[in-house]
Amino acid sequence: MKFTWFNLMPWPYLPDDFREKNRSVWVDIDQKLFDPAKSHEVYNTYMDLLEYADTLGFDGVGVNEHHQNGYGIMPSPNIIAAGLARRTKDAAIVVLGNSIALYNPPVRVAEEFAMLDCISGGRLVAGFPVGTSMDTNYCYGQIPSLTREKYQEAHDLIIKAWTTREPFAFNGRYNKLRHVNIWPRPIQQPYPPIHIPGGGSVETYDFCIDNTYSYSYLSFSGYLRAQALMSGYWKRIEERGVDKSPYRAGFAQTILVADTDEQAEQLYAEHVSYFYNRCLHVYPGFADAPGYRTIKTIQSGALSQYAPPRGGYATLTWKALIEGGHVIAGSPETVRQRMEDLIKGLNVGNIFCLMHVGNMPADKCMYSTKLFAEKVMPKLRDMFPDWADDNRFWTTPLEKRVTSGRLPKEAPTSADLAKTYALGA
Amino acid sequence: MEIKSVQVRDITVRYLEGGSGPALVFLHGTGGVTAADPFLNALAVKHHVYAPMIPGYGDSDEAPEIRDMLDFTLHTWDVVEALGLKDPILVGHSMGGMIAAEMAAIAPNDVSRLALIAPAGLWDDEHPVVDMFASLPFEMPQLLFHDAQAGAAILTAGRNVEDPGFLQAYLVANARQLGMAGRILFPIPERGLSQRLCRIKAKTMIVWGESDRLIPPTYAQAFKTGIASAQLVSIPEAGHMVIVEKTAAVVEAVSTLG
Repeated sequence: MKFTWFNLMPWPYLPDDFREKNRSVWVDIDQKLFDPAKSHEVYNTYMDLLEYADTLGFDGVGVNEHHQNGYGIMPSPNIIAAGLARRTKDAAIVVLGNSIALYNPPVRVAEEFAMLDCISGGRLVAGFPVGTSMDTNYCYGQIPSLTREKYQEAHDLIIKAWTTREPFAFNGRYNKLRHVNIWPRPIQQPYPPIHIPGGGSVETYDFCIDNTYSYSYLSFSGYLRAQALMSGYWKRIEERGVDKSPYRAGFAQTILVADTDEQAEQLYAEHVSYFYNRCLHVYPGFADAPGYRTIKTIQSGALSQYAPPRGGYATLTWKALIEGGHVIAGSPETVRQRMEDLIKGLNVGNIFCLMHVGNMPADKCMYSTKLFAEKVMPKLRDMFPDWADDNRFWTTPLEKRVTSGRLPKEAPTSADLAKTYALGA
Repeated sequence: MEIKSVQVRDITVRYLEGGSGPALVFLHGTGGVTAADPFLNALAVKHHVYAPMIPGYGDSDEAPEIRDMLDFTLHTWDVVEALGLKDPILVGHSMGGMIAAEMAAIAPNDVSRLALIAPAGLWDDEHPVVDMFASLPFEMPQLLFHDAQAGAAILTAGRNVEDPGFLQAYLVANARQLGMAGRILFPIPERGLSQRLCRIKAKTMIVWGESDRLIPPTYAQAFKTGIASAQLVSIPEAGHMVIVEKTAAVVEAVSTLG
């Protein structure tokens, strides 16, 4: 199993009446609700928590990209990842990912991911999402029905840039480049493992299968509701006659651990409510630009996960969220059982653990994270012994890596240098 | 009106045809066009009307290779050619008006009579065109009609919104139609027409509903200023769907072209 500690980086100061006074947490969210001075502490606390997860033995630390969004103040995940590459030691840096259709030209992604891989010593997991309609179409102005074509071209260009060892010309429809020759290139060969976040587009299944990429379902509605979508993926895997390695799939799950089930509710209910009521308050007009999803996907019946459930999330209580599987919370034993159900039920080897939720303060987050790392994670480690050696979807770091802070405390004197270098009199 | 097909290279284009008189090509807006369209039928009283559907509309083929404004403009010229028409009266509503204006600008000697009914294609920061791609179905009557209540009845007529099959059919149609329309209208319905308007030589009739809340009537002036031989007819108590709300008045304005 690979456990990645994930932080969406929500803005924790949305007011109590946010839903009543605002139409959307995303795209046209009120500028006045963001306080740059407060964000200084928010960002640094969130990065501290990601670094803390590394010290507890999580396999990865995860970041993602959203724009103009009150629950994800991370328009550039690579900036956070750069900080993590320096300040973490062993965890994979899981960037899930860069919306590659939005980068102009997309070689920028090939370069930045290469830099992250080099700085981290080969610890990068590279995610290539199409991007939500909110981000891609409404915030970044991409034409909905051309987004996938542009994405595909960006993907082809990045892979070619990573794997070609001499300058080449790229005559794409969206990118005309005479001299592609990225410098640096990634440590991991032929390139870092690639994860594709998807939301039920059937075309994405084949894209992952064709390229040996891991398919990640990043949902907020939990593992019970994910069953239909993931079984569609595994059915496709079977049809295509490829192996059923659980590492071909990833799943994001909100997880909260306490000493007891009751304590979990006492500690975390308000933060879960904050997330589901305020952070997921997306204006339906921004949920799904016409043309963004393919006809085939619409016909398959998969609706945007940002289309709220009938009645809306607001009506969901702690009990309902737990029973519905949106949130896995409780004592270490409760969480272990439910995680086992999730892992077996969905056959997923990569878990993106959403362990910071809503406006949760750092102390509670550390407490829950530590309990999970010490009392739950070890018991789930060997769920798939048959696939223990499958490293196609995970990182291959350098064995000998350096970390930040290795310089001597004092700068050398010329006498010191003379011991190493030939210096004139 | 009769529904027919014409082949434009590998694309099968569906079009409506009816009436008799001078040849007139009508280019529809983002909502598409049907044989029952009252405006088309009114035009057909004195004109031989051809109303081609943009790829993706109705049951016409999709055309993935039509991506940008030039593709739309040339494709529609190819349709006119395939229909065997020379210098028809060119009429466009909303998105269709944008395409018609581009056609007249790119081939100014081939269009002598042009009618632009609440066309898209220009942008003014002071008077932004409403983002129809972020508008919800229940908002449409208010945006499209002077009389929102009557408009709502028109938009929902014959549709059973409680039918589970309806939603999926609606989403598929939206993805096909608005997905295609978005290629020239999303996120801002402007693709450089303002610098080409001056090329238009056609006698041009601009028609606008005075209560147009989707593309405010201030754009009528911009079109009139940009096109040398343009005349403006403003129609009171009509919204963006002026062709539905004041059909006779629009037909009368178009008929002055011939």
